[in-house]
Amino acid sequence: MQSYSLTHLKELESESIFVLREVAAQFENPVMLFSGGKDSIVMFHLARKAFFPGKVPFPLLHVDTGHNFPETIDFRDKLMSETGAELIVGSVQQSIDEGKVVEEKGFNASRNALQTVTLLESLEKGKYDAAMGGGRRDEEKARAKERFFSHRDEFGQWDPKNQRPELWNIFNGKKNMGEHFRVFPISNWTEMDVWQYILLENIAIPNLYLSHERMVFERDGVLLADTEYIERRENEIPEMRTVRFRTIGDMTCTGAVESHANDLEKIIEEVSATRVTERGARSDDKRSEAAMEDRKKQGYF
Amino acid sequence: MTKEHGYLDMDLLRFTTAGSVDDGKSTLIGRMLYDSKSIFTDQMEAIEQASKKSGVEAEVNLALLTDGLRSEREQGITIDVAYRYFATPKRKFIIADTPGHIQYTRNMVTGASTANLAIILVDARHGLVEQTARHSFIASLLKIPHIVYCVNKMDLVDYNEDRFEEIKDQLEAFSSKLEVNDIRFIPISALKGDNVVHKSTNMGWYEGSTLMYTLENIHISGDENHIDCRFPVQYVVRPQSTEYHDYRGYAGRVAGGVFKKGDDVVILPSGFTSKIAAIDTFTGEVDQAFAPMSVTLRLDDDIDIGRGDMIVRPNNQPEVSQDVDMMICWMSERPIMANGKYAIKHTSKDARCIVKEIQYKVDINTLHRLEDDKDIKMNDIARIRIRTTSPLFYDRYSRNRVTGSVILIDEATNETVGAGMIVE
Repeated sequence: MQSYSLTHLKELESESIFVLREVAAQFENPVMLFSGGKDSIVMFHLARKAFFPGKVPFPLLHVDTGHNFPETIDFRDKLMSETGAELIVGSVQQSIDEGKVVEEKGFNASRNALQTVTLLESLEKGKYDAAMGGGRRDEEKARAKERFFSHRDEFGQWDPKNQRPELWNIFNGKKNMGEHFRVFPISNWTEMDVWQYILLENIAIPNLYLSHERMVFERDGVLLADTEYIERRENEIPEMRTVRFRTIGDMTCTGAVESHANDLEKIIEEVSATRVTERGARSDDKRSEAAMEDRKKQGYF
Repeated sequence: MTKEHGYLDMDLLRFTTAGSVDDGKSTLIGRMLYDSKSIFTDQMEAIEQASKKSGVEAEVNLALLTDGLRSEREQGITIDVAYRYFATPKRKFIIADTPGHIQYTRNMVTGASTANLAIILVDARHGLVEQTARHSFIASLLKIPHIVYCVNKMDLVDYNEDRFEEIKDQLEAFSSKLEVNDIRFIPISALKGDNVVHKSTNMGWYEGSTLMYTLENIHISGDENHIDCRFPVQYVVRPQSTEYHDYRGYAGRVAGGVFKKGDDVVILPSGFTSKIAAIDTFTGEVDQAFAPMSVTLRLDDDIDIGRGDMIVRPNNQPEVSQDVDMMICWMSERPIMANGKYAIKHTSKDARCIVKEIQYKVDINTLHRLEDDKDIKMNDIARIRIRTTSPLFYDRYSRNRVTGSVILIDEATNETVGAGMIVE
């Protein structure tokens, strides 16, 4: 007898494609948030699958802090031109120049928190009623309670105590004027699933994820890239090390790990052996135990 | 196949955990994550810190691993369904972790709606209590295919075999009233780790599997309906590009049965017939599609088909009706309104409905029908009859969880207020 079963990656893929198609069907003007990180790359790959042979029926939005790794931006631009996708860029620098946000000062200054303002402004400007993000529930405890379809009020806020129940695979995207949804198509994927899928599907990723030589310095146990965007203390001496990044975000808060994993198979081996979560090297999450929860309530990704 | 490629053989088990407040549910989940080495050092450090802060216990409190939001930690309770993930070399697991008290029914129904398996915790000292009955009823109502009763805290009854057998008899007698196909019983101690991941040395008399072995090996591919072909059309793909000028594909996720190229099909509600010309995916055509695959169907004939329509086989069609009886779990602080109007979602179809009749409320502790109690409030379960503005194409929920489920939505607030399981 033939067995009708799917592997876990195929089942996750099918679920995510279902969610992406629901977004296209239920919303008038959706947008996909794209950071150039592996999660948004996988999400975009799934969107191409969902609407094939049609084009992805929504634009991508990148909130650019101005402090991105140049490799990320190059990768993004190449992917867009190869796939013909439409890209919109929201600029944190512009929000600063227009006086809408004030840049943090000091050694731990980061534009990470400022992104929320630029994001909400970009969503409002484009009149988007749904913004898809590559957030995963395994990433962080505040995300573990996030819905696939997450309702946001007219201020873009998340109210964790008043979420709509989400049953079976029936998604309720109904809303009032001015409200919008955040949708997380890869909610049920883990970091390991994402890497296995990238390998299985042979998906291109920025080379920042692979082991390379880079000038870095250590701060609070985290290796940070030596860049003009971070002010170093006197005792913080940069040196050349063999590193890779497990997540890709703003240069000012994304830590590297020492690694010799220079291909996907080795990364998967490393991820399965590692004992620290991928956000363990994100100093933005270390600000307090509930840092992510607070940022999410305000409308962060 | 190399070791790194072992994941290509892994499948996915979704389960939910139910237990009353002090049954040790969080400890059990913490134990599974800890003993399967799914806890990272920074998570460990964070809970070590939090353990110190709460000052309740000197050693690390595994239960804190599952505590999410700050407001929850401050109050020492869990507010909402949380999803947790771990994997062993055999399977990937998704746990829908539901809180034990506030809005319990609503949360457990939510967590149970996507689960293949439910773990129901029973305190070895107390045996079958009212909450156990409630958890069992909800699991059977939601048609979770497999139920595992974990008789926990065996360490507190001296790992006594007679006590375990006594509780097992109670549970067997009770669960015979429920419609569940696969029920198992495991004596454990989540706190000490007996029979969770590692076989207990304190209960040599127990010859069955550990909980983890059960989760890894339970047969789940038969849980989907592979008999009745159901394809709710979700989205119409029309590229209108030069390369795919006349392409018209119907995108959706198979809700039941096996579709093959060349199959005769009928489209609901129009009743037009056609044949499957191709089953498309991004990586090319496939010969067949079964639940829960997401694919795109092309048909031989040019027929007007849109979202909300359903593609089925001529010789096996779903019920088509505007009058539907269902069990409903109410999820809103505003009680259900007799003759009230609601928006309804069923597969990819949107409609409106009116509550024609509230037939009875179920006492979820005793399973008695309360024919005179028509006051349906949050966390209540009732049998109702609705009439919809246009026909639904449905199967009984016990036959198909996808085509047998609906949600009701309050048209004023847009909130999801009811979860319905179609009876007939």
